[in-house]
Amino acid sequence: MGASSTYDRARSQIVEKPMTAVLGIIAVLLVVDLVRQLTMGNLTIARVMSLVLDGVLRGLVIGLAGIGLSMTYSILNFANFAHGDYITAGAFSGWATTYIIAGGFGSAANIGSLALVGAGGSVFGGALGINAIQTPLAVFAGLVVSGVFTIALALAIDKFIYKPIRGSGGIPLLITSVGVAFALRYVIQFMFDSGTRGTTNTGSLPGIRPNVIDGTVAITAHDVLLIVVAGGLMLGVHILLQRTKLGKAMRAMSDDEALARITGIATERVIRSTWIIGGGLTGVSGFMFVLWKGTLSWNDGWLLLLLIFAAVILGGIGSVYGAIAGGLVIGLTASTAVIWIPSGFARAAAFGVMILVLVVRPQGIFAGRSTA
Amino acid sequence: MSDDESGGEYGQSADDQRAVVMGIDFRNDGLMLLTLLLGIYIIYLLAGLVIGFPFRGLMNQIGQLTFWIAVFAMASLALNLHWGYTGLFNIGIVGFMATGVYVTGILSKPVFGSGTSAAEVGGFGLPLWIGIIGGMVAAGLLGLLAALPALRLRADYLAIVTIALSEIVRFSLLSDTLSGHNIAGYRVGLGGGDGVILDYPDPLESLIRALSAPFDLVFGEQGWLWNEVYLGVVVDFVGNYIPNNPKPVVDNFAYAAVLLLILGGFYVLIQRMGNSPFGRVLKAIREDEDVTNALGKNTNMFKIKSFVVGCALMGLVGILWFGTQGSVTPNTFRPRITFYIWIALIIGGAGSNSGSVMGGAVFAAFLFQGPRYFKNVIETALGNPEAPSSFGQAMLPISNGDVVPFLLYTLDSIRQLQLFMMGVVLIVLMHRRPDGMLGHRKEPASSIPLTRPIKRSGGGDTVATDGGETDE
Repeated sequence: MGASSTYDRARSQIVEKPMTAVLGIIAVLLVVDLVRQLTMGNLTIARVMSLVLDGVLRGLVIGLAGIGLSMTYSILNFANFAHGDYITAGAFSGWATTYIIAGGFGSAANIGSLALVGAGGSVFGGALGINAIQTPLAVFAGLVVSGVFTIALALAIDKFIYKPIRGSGGIPLLITSVGVAFALRYVIQFMFDSGTRGTTNTGSLPGIRPNVIDGTVAITAHDVLLIVVAGGLMLGVHILLQRTKLGKAMRAMSDDEALARITGIATERVIRSTWIIGGGLTGVSGFMFVLWKGTLSWNDGWLLLLLIFAAVILGGIGSVYGAIAGGLVIGLTASTAVIWIPSGFARAAAFGVMILVLVVRPQGIFAGRSTA
Repeated sequence: MSDDESGGEYGQSADDQRAVVMGIDFRNDGLMLLTLLLGIYIIYLLAGLVIGFPFRGLMNQIGQLTFWIAVFAMASLALNLHWGYTGLFNIGIVGFMATGVYVTGILSKPVFGSGTSAAEVGGFGLPLWIGIIGGMVAAGLLGLLAALPALRLRADYLAIVTIALSEIVRFSLLSDTLSGHNIAGYRVGLGGGDGVILDYPDPLESLIRALSAPFDLVFGEQGWLWNEVYLGVVVDFVGNYIPNNPKPVVDNFAYAAVLLLILGGFYVLIQRMGNSPFGRVLKAIREDEDVTNALGKNTNMFKIKSFVVGCALMGLVGILWFGTQGSVTPNTFRPRITFYIWIALIIGGAGSNSGSVMGGAVFAAFLFQGPRYFKNVIETALGNPEAPSSFGQAMLPISNGDVVPFLLYTLDSIRQLQLFMMGVVLIVLMHRRPDGMLGHRKEPASSIPLTRPIKRSGGGDTVATDGGETDE
C-alpha cells in the first residue's frame, strides 16, 4: 500500500508537472503583456484597479452563493443545478419587500405593482429612490426577507423533491435538480415577466473617487456594503463551522454518511442545517448582487450558476474557504479578462479556467482541507 | 431495451407482463410506436376538427408536429448513444447543434457580394451536401476537443464541462470579434448577435433536384422530379383542397417526410451500433468502467469514439432543425434546448432506442408542440380575446371572483408555462419512473440470448444488465 501510494504520487506529479509549467508560462506571458500595455499607454493603472475591484466584488457574490452549493454538493453528493434559481427567487422575494417598503406600502404606487417588483415597467426602483443610504430600512428588510424566503424555499424543495429520491444517487438527483431549476425559473418569469428592471437609484448614491496614480477608481456605498455583508457572513460561517458541533458533524457527514449516522450524528438534522445555512447565504447573495449591479432579471441566477460551479470546483467541493477563494479567482478572471481578450469572451474565459482546473486538478485547489 | 424480434421467444416473464398495457400486447415495439403515433395524430386532428380549425392551419400543424417528432426523436437517439449506451453525461447538446448549423451555413452560403445579402457576411458558396458534411465534421471535432480531456472526469463534472462548453460556443457566436473576416479572399464570419442568414438553396428542392438526376437523363429535362412530379403533380393535387398557395403546406409535409426517413437511418445506425461488439463494450463501460478496463478494453478510446459520433449526429440534428428556418441567431442556442432533449430521452427511457423515438414523439406532441397547439385552438375558439399584459392585472380580478383574466393570461404565457410544466414532468418522472417508458427492460449484455426459452423453465437464471440504470 505504501509503495503503491508513493508510486501514485510520483506518477501524478510527472503527469501534472508539464501542465503546471505550461500554465506558469501562460501566466508570465499575461503579466508581460499587462506591463507592455501599461507602458504603451493603452491601459491605465486606475483602469486595472477598477477591474480588480469589480472582480473582487463579483467574486464575493459568487463565493457567498458558492458556499451553499459547495455544502450541499459535499453532504448530499449531488450538483444542484437549481441553485442559480434559488438566487433569483431570493432576489425577487427580497426586492419585492424592498419595493413595498420603499413605496410606502402602496402610497407611492399600486401595491400590486410594488409586490411584482414593477413588472411591465409599472414602477421603477430609481423613482422610488431605493438605495442603501436613502432607504436603509427597505434595503435591510429586503436583505432579511431574501435570506428567510430562500431558506424556506430550499427546505420545501428538499422535503418534497430531493428527499424522496435521495437514495438513488447523485445523477438522478442532478437531473431532478435541472427540472427544479426550469420549473422555478419559468414560474418566476410567469409572475414577474421577462423584462430586466433597474432597481436602484444610483444617481444620489454617495461614493468616493480616490486618485490612483493616473486616474480615479470609483467606489460606491453599495460596493462597501457588499464587502461588509459578504465578509461578515463569510466570517460567521467560518466561526459556525469551526467552533460548533454542527460544523464537525457536517465534516463527518461529507466524509462518510453511514459512519456519521453510526456514531450518533443526527444526519437529517445536519442536512436541514446545511440547507438553512446554504439557502440563507444564497438568498442574501442574490439580493446583494442585484443591489450592487442595479438591475434584476429572471435569469440572473442561472447566468451566475456556471460561474458558481466554476468557483466551487476550483476551490474543491465541500470546502467553504475553497468556495470563497474560487469565487474571487473566477470573479477576477471574468472581470480582468477584458485586459487581454475581447469583452465578449470574458465569461468564456472564466468557464475556460474552470475546464482547465477540472482537467488538471479535478479535486480543486483546496482539496483535502474541507471544512464543511 | 431489446428491440430485437427475439423478445417474444426469449426474455423474462415479468417483462412480458409489463409489456401488456391496457390489454394490448405491446411486446412488439414497432406496434407500440405506431399506436402511439396514431393516437397523437388522432388527438391533434380531433382537437382541430372539433373547434373548427381552418383546414390549411390544421394541415400546417400536422406537418409541423411531424417535423418536431422527427427532430426530437433523432436528437434523443443521438443522446441515447451518449447517455443510454456509454453513460456519458452530456448536457451541452445545443453547442454541438449550433456548431453544425453554423458551419453548414458558412460553407454553403453564397459568396459575399454575389447575391442578395450585401450587409451580411458571405459564405464559401459550396454545395449544400458538402456544407452538411462539414457541419457534422465540425460538431464531431468539437466533441473530440471536449472529449480528450473531459472523459476522464466523473459524470457530474463532465456535465458541467459540456454545459460550459455549449455556453462558450454561444458566446463565441455572439462575439463581435468573430463576426466577419476575410479568409482566403472570402468574407465570412459568424455574424455576431445578428446571426447568419441561411440563404443557400432550399434543402428540400436541392434534394429532390439531386434525386432527379437519373430521371433527367431519361426525360432530357433539368430537374424533372421537382418540376413535373413535385410541383406538377403533388402540389397541384393538394391545390384542389387548399386553393390558396398550397406549396408551403406541401413543402412542410415533404420536409417532415424526409426527416422521418433520416430518423429511420438514425435508428438503424444506433441500433446496429448498440448490438455490435463496439456497442457491447459501450454498455459495459456504462455499467462498470473499471471492470471493462480490466478486461483489456481501452475504455477511453471507446468513450471518445462514442462521444464524437454522437456529437456529429447532434450536429446533423442541428442542421436539419435550424437549417430550414431562414436564419440563425446565437441566442436560439440556449441550454433549454439541451433540456428538451434530455426530457425526451428520459420520457422514453435511457438505453432504449425505440424508447428514445417514443420519448421524442411524446415530448414533441404533448410537451413541446401540444401546449402551443392548445393555445392556438382555444384562441381560435374564443375569437382571439385580449389577455391582460401582466401577472398583476391578471390576479386583480380574482378578488372579485373573476378568474377569466387570469386564465387568459395563463394561456397567453403558455410558452413560459410549458417550460415550467416540463420541469415538473422531469421531477415527477425522476420520482415515479426514472427508467422512462421502455428503459426498465432487461437487456442481455451478450450477442446471443442467455435466457432459456420460457416454455421450458419459468424465468430461469438470467445474466442480464439493467437497461437504463445510472452508471454508479
